[in-house]
Amino acid sequence: MLPKHLRRLEAESIEIMREVIAGFKNPVMLYSIGKDSSVMLHVAIKAFYPAKLPFPLLHVDTTWKFREMITFRDETAKRLGVELIVHVNKEGLERGINPIDSGSALHTRVMKTDALKQALDLYQFDAAFGGARRDEEKSRAKERIFSFRSAGHVWDPRNQRPELWNLFNTQLLQGETMRVFAMSNWTELDIWEYIMLEKIPVVPLYFAKQRPVVRRRGATIMVDDKRLRLQSNETPEMRMIRFRTLGCYPLSGAIDSDATTIEDIVAEMHTATVSERQGRLIDTDEAASMEKKKWEGYF
Amino acid sequence: MPSKATIDRVQAGKDQLQFITCGSVDDGKSTLIGRLLHDSKVIYEDQLAALARDSAKHGTTGNDVDFALLVDGLEAEREQGITIDVAYRFFTILRRSFMVADTPGHEQYTRNMATGASNAQLAIILIDARKGVLVQTKRHSFICSLLGIRHVVLAVNKIDLVKYNKERFDRIVGEYMAFAAGLGFTSVVPIPISARYGDNVINQSDKTKWYQGPCLLDYLESIDIQSDVASQVFRFPVQWVNRPNLDFRGYAGSVASGSISAGDEIVVAASGRTTRVKRIVTQDGNLARADAGDAVTITLEDEIDISRGDLLARPNERPEVTDQFAAHLIWMDNDPLVAGRNYILRIGTRTGVAGSITAIKHRIDVDTREHLAARKLGLNEIGFCNVATALPVAFDPYEVNRKTGSFIVIDRFTNRTVGAGMIAFPLRRATNIVRQPLSVGKSERAALKNQKPCIIWFTGLSGAGKSTIANIVDQKLFAMSCHTMLLDGDNVRHGLNRDLGISEADRVENIRRVGEVAKLMADGGLIVICSFISPYRAERDMVRNLVAREEFIEIFVDTPLEECVRRDPKGLYSKAKSGKIRNFTGIDAPYEIPMRPEFHLRTMDQTPEQLAEAVIDVLRARAIVHGH
Repeated sequence: MLPKHLRRLEAESIEIMREVIAGFKNPVMLYSIGKDSSVMLHVAIKAFYPAKLPFPLLHVDTTWKFREMITFRDETAKRLGVELIVHVNKEGLERGINPIDSGSALHTRVMKTDALKQALDLYQFDAAFGGARRDEEKSRAKERIFSFRSAGHVWDPRNQRPELWNLFNTQLLQGETMRVFAMSNWTELDIWEYIMLEKIPVVPLYFAKQRPVVRRRGATIMVDDKRLRLQSNETPEMRMIRFRTLGCYPLSGAIDSDATTIEDIVAEMHTATVSERQGRLIDTDEAASMEKKKWEGYF
Repeated sequence: MPSKATIDRVQAGKDQLQFITCGSVDDGKSTLIGRLLHDSKVIYEDQLAALARDSAKHGTTGNDVDFALLVDGLEAEREQGITIDVAYRFFTILRRSFMVADTPGHEQYTRNMATGASNAQLAIILIDARKGVLVQTKRHSFICSLLGIRHVVLAVNKIDLVKYNKERFDRIVGEYMAFAAGLGFTSVVPIPISARYGDNVINQSDKTKWYQGPCLLDYLESIDIQSDVASQVFRFPVQWVNRPNLDFRGYAGSVASGSISAGDEIVVAASGRTTRVKRIVTQDGNLARADAGDAVTITLEDEIDISRGDLLARPNERPEVTDQFAAHLIWMDNDPLVAGRNYILRIGTRTGVAGSITAIKHRIDVDTREHLAARKLGLNEIGFCNVATALPVAFDPYEVNRKTGSFIVIDRFTNRTVGAGMIAFPLRRATNIVRQPLSVGKSERAALKNQKPCIIWFTGLSGAGKSTIANIVDQKLFAMSCHTMLLDGDNVRHGLNRDLGISEADRVENIRRVGEVAKLMADGGLIVICSFISPYRAERDMVRNLVAREEFIEIFVDTPLEECVRRDPKGLYSKAKSGKIRNFTGIDAPYEIPMRPEFHLRTMDQTPEQLAEAVIDVLRARAIVHGH
């Protein structure tokens, strides 16, 4: 049996997920392949058991994810028998937007934020689950669990509905949508502890291994494929590394680590001295950059 | 660390304390939370580096690190140096994890404070040692009490700025204790602190040797919250019916309070049907027992009618079931609460309940806790109200059970959450209401008169021509041998509604009464012609909802305001403009135009006779009347 803090978090997330299936017509679960998504999906399957997952997963693919992530994504959908929608912003792709030449800000806006809005509009989803947690980042800490978006997916932090008790207001007018953060109150440590006790498969990149890396802008970047054009002074070296967060590979910084098992990771977390977002290059453009992305509709 | 030790450490588990911090502007709430996070070592190195950078740019503490910047997340608040919304923070110390709701001190954001308090077990109420107990201190304490918080830490902050003075501290504590005596707190623990310098936050300060109590963090770690769980009575709000195939029907939900075991007898509160729990299903296997907080799926021995919103209980411990109850209401919207107006309520998992606040018994002055007469509740005001719902609902008094005694109020048009309610007691048992059945029905009466009963509702500005047109329509229908009755704003106000003025609340009540009278007349088979300014959409829709869909015909008499002012048949516009009349529609009170009237009557360039004939055509087209 799970320890009480994890049981409470799991039950809270299940309650939120059931609220969505009861209150919305066409929900979808954003699946980013990362650890939070893995936990969210695991909990969702529990929430509706013995029924099958009553909504599809949506992966917004920037085409720059680690190869191992894509393999894991497809295996997961197959293993669990869930419907997976993969959406790519074709226009962005045709224009050659990429994280290396276009810069992280433009790449993220076009290939993630715009792509997500395209997909939500295309399939007419009225509610979308996201795995974001309040402990991740300052503007996330102010996010509601049911985060209201006016037509056009606009997030206005001053115009969010008060959220009292567990009485969520799920009413929407035409064109309005809801982002639902079912994992809001989990911390990064909770996520790893839960993965360990529930034995949830995660992308192997979270475990330490000898991998080819280069140093860029103070971050350790893995050379995942030939698209990462090496500069004349760069020679990939093999280092024992792992990732605390996963995104587009040129934007994800690795950490030096010997944690090769899930127990090692949890033990490492118990003594961690840097935050997980440190490895995310897209956040460091400026301190309030996450809030700006959210206004635009980023998850 | 060996993996076994890691697993054991995780398995040992942690309990959780949810608390809120509240106080007035600049009392140092964010600084205190930043300090707690920092001193309990949950701030990582990179975040500290960012904090040092931000302090230099935005900080208000000179060369020192500004801990408030750790938690003041949104750009706007950084620039203004204030907190504008509820932020949730997490930190863990040994066996207890904390979830903190950082809530704003500004008066206009009281609704956010109520939000933070709704799930909290404890409140840290900050007081600036230099300023003492303020209006907001009292307001926030009252809200905490109302929302069911039973433990308070009175953090007398900035004690460094009063030179760690004991007398100052004692005076503030004395004043607060006198105020809080009637608020029903189980414990109030005063602690002198300096959030900025850390005195008595995580360690005893050597500058307050006169203070013998625990430091803040020690107290938060040790306070017993388990014994607070008010109700041990089993309550299970059905959230979702899980029916994947014909062989399985389960009721998914979270146990709100108490516990239930397989084989136990249960009752569906609203219908009174009883059966037994067959299985408690989870993906991890069936459970013998489910406790408060567990999210499970229950299957039952018998197939009885249960849907989302039903409340399951034990037959000998039933909740209240009624369609009228008294409740405390916190109003959270810019548009005031008006008694009589219709809203959507959500009570437990029962969503979309049509309801109205039938009476505001009194408003509560949060500073003095005095009961004041009120016709409406404005933003952040708290009232004690009677609430009526279209269907009977099941609940417990909020005092007994926060989960089954709370509700939210949603605006029918904007879908905003406009109010939060805490149920006090039922006003009558639903089972006692038996409507007097009528042996001669509406349709029989109407058939006798060879017409369809309906309410023809003329709405528009004063001077738009409503009454003139309504009168001609009435005459024409009379000539056609129709049975009609004309209700006019002026004639009703001389009798039935003599006691009402023209404030917003009175206008709502005026229309409510007229609507009920019109409905009775329509029940009698009459064609009821109503001519009222009726400026608010909500009230027109309230009348619309009293009768069947095809029985309400809203006619928008659309005359531009300039034209109405020019005509000014009763001289009212000139009085309103000179300030002799207040709240006059079109001048200093709003007119909400109909969104989808059954008939839009544009009056310019047509005679009243032509307009009335157009209305008769509409009635013919709807088979309300026949012939010529």
